[in-house]
Amino acid sequence: MATEEGKIDPMHQFEVQTILDGFALGGQQIALTNSAVWMLVAVAGLWAFMLGGMKRELVPGRWQMMVEGFTGFIDNMMEANIGPAGRKYAPYVFSLFMFILFSNIFGLLPVGVLGLHPFTVTSHLTVTGVLAIMSFSIVLIVGFAKHKFHFFSLFIPDGTPLPMIPFIFIVELLSFLVRPFSLALRLFVAMTAGHILLKVLAGFVINSSNAGAGYGVLVGIPSFALMIGISALELLVAVVQAYVFALLTSLYINDAENLH
Amino acid sequence: MPQIDQIALTYGSQIFWVLLTFGFTFFVIGLGMFPKIQGTVDARDKRIADDLEAARTANVTADELEESYRVKMENDRSDAQALVEASKAKANAAAEKRKNKANADIAAKVATAEADIKARAGEALKEIETVSAEVAQDMVAKISGAKVTKAAALKEAKAALKHG
Repeated sequence: MATEEGKIDPMHQFEVQTILDGFALGGQQIALTNSAVWMLVAVAGLWAFMLGGMKRELVPGRWQMMVEGFTGFIDNMMEANIGPAGRKYAPYVFSLFMFILFSNIFGLLPVGVLGLHPFTVTSHLTVTGVLAIMSFSIVLIVGFAKHKFHFFSLFIPDGTPLPMIPFIFIVELLSFLVRPFSLALRLFVAMTAGHILLKVLAGFVINSSNAGAGYGVLVGIPSFALMIGISALELLVAVVQAYVFALLTSLYINDAENLH
Repeated sequence: MPQIDQIALTYGSQIFWVLLTFGFTFFVIGLGMFPKIQGTVDARDKRIADDLEAARTANVTADELEESYRVKMENDRSDAQALVEASKAKANAAAEKRKNKANADIAAKVATAEADIKARAGEALKEIETVSAEVAQDMVAKISGAKVTKAAALKEAKAALKHG
């Protein structure tokens, strides 16, 4: 943690570190990094979780019930936001939701006590950016494939007065184009902010305790109590951000699928 | 912020790994496992819906059976009622007939007996008259010595008997 003696850098946790050099691709080094390892761990965890739901029993056990709870949740969301046509997008939105959820939660695991360095994949703009661009591309592809150039009527709400159409069109187009950025930034910022806050408070606990027992009691203990609360809050944020990402993706797909 | 500082150095590897892992998630989990779980849930929902439908049908059948049973019961009951009424009426009629016949018999017997009694009473009265007439004749003869004819004595005795 400490970059210099006695100084704790809360940003150090976000550093991508190379474990294996890997290979070069188009001038970029494709290395096995700690980020890659945590992605693999999240996917392995997700795969193991899903495997428990594959017993396909008529009367589900607890694990199967849990997995079916997640699939049913996404199913209902697609049904509610897109309608019957939403079912074909459910596998994508489910993958997105579960991938983000597992990445978020695995990044919060207290593996630091085992000497490992937790790393939150979704606190990286490159990762959230790729996911957001994927969602946005699906919206564009579905929209133009289904409605051709009529898709542009998405940017003109019903009942817009004729002289207002050019302005409204530009405003709506801008808000549409901002979507992938807002999608990527929201997740990236939410995860980063929470982790920085936790690390700053942890730094308070360590530095105040090092400064003396009195400081430790006065500053360290309240900070530690706050950390417990914020850890619970971060778990909530991890779930909510995955939900928001999936929900917004389904809403955007709805725009493309059912042009108003 | 390392996310921004390192972006030029690491974007290749980050994008590569996220595409790889998310691709696995989408193709293996999203397309492979998710529809199967969905299928299990759908099959269960369908099974429950079918069972509920079967239960509803069975319920309706049971209601119909009960209704037909009730109707049959009612019909049987009214049939029995009619049968009871008919036999009661028949029995009543027979009893009435027998009673009438018995009444007639009794009336005939009473009439015969009454006639008999009347006849006997007449005879007795006549005898009493004759006896009283003779007694009166004898008494008159003994007391006054006058001879009274049998016919006159009988007449007097009849008159006296009538007055008591």
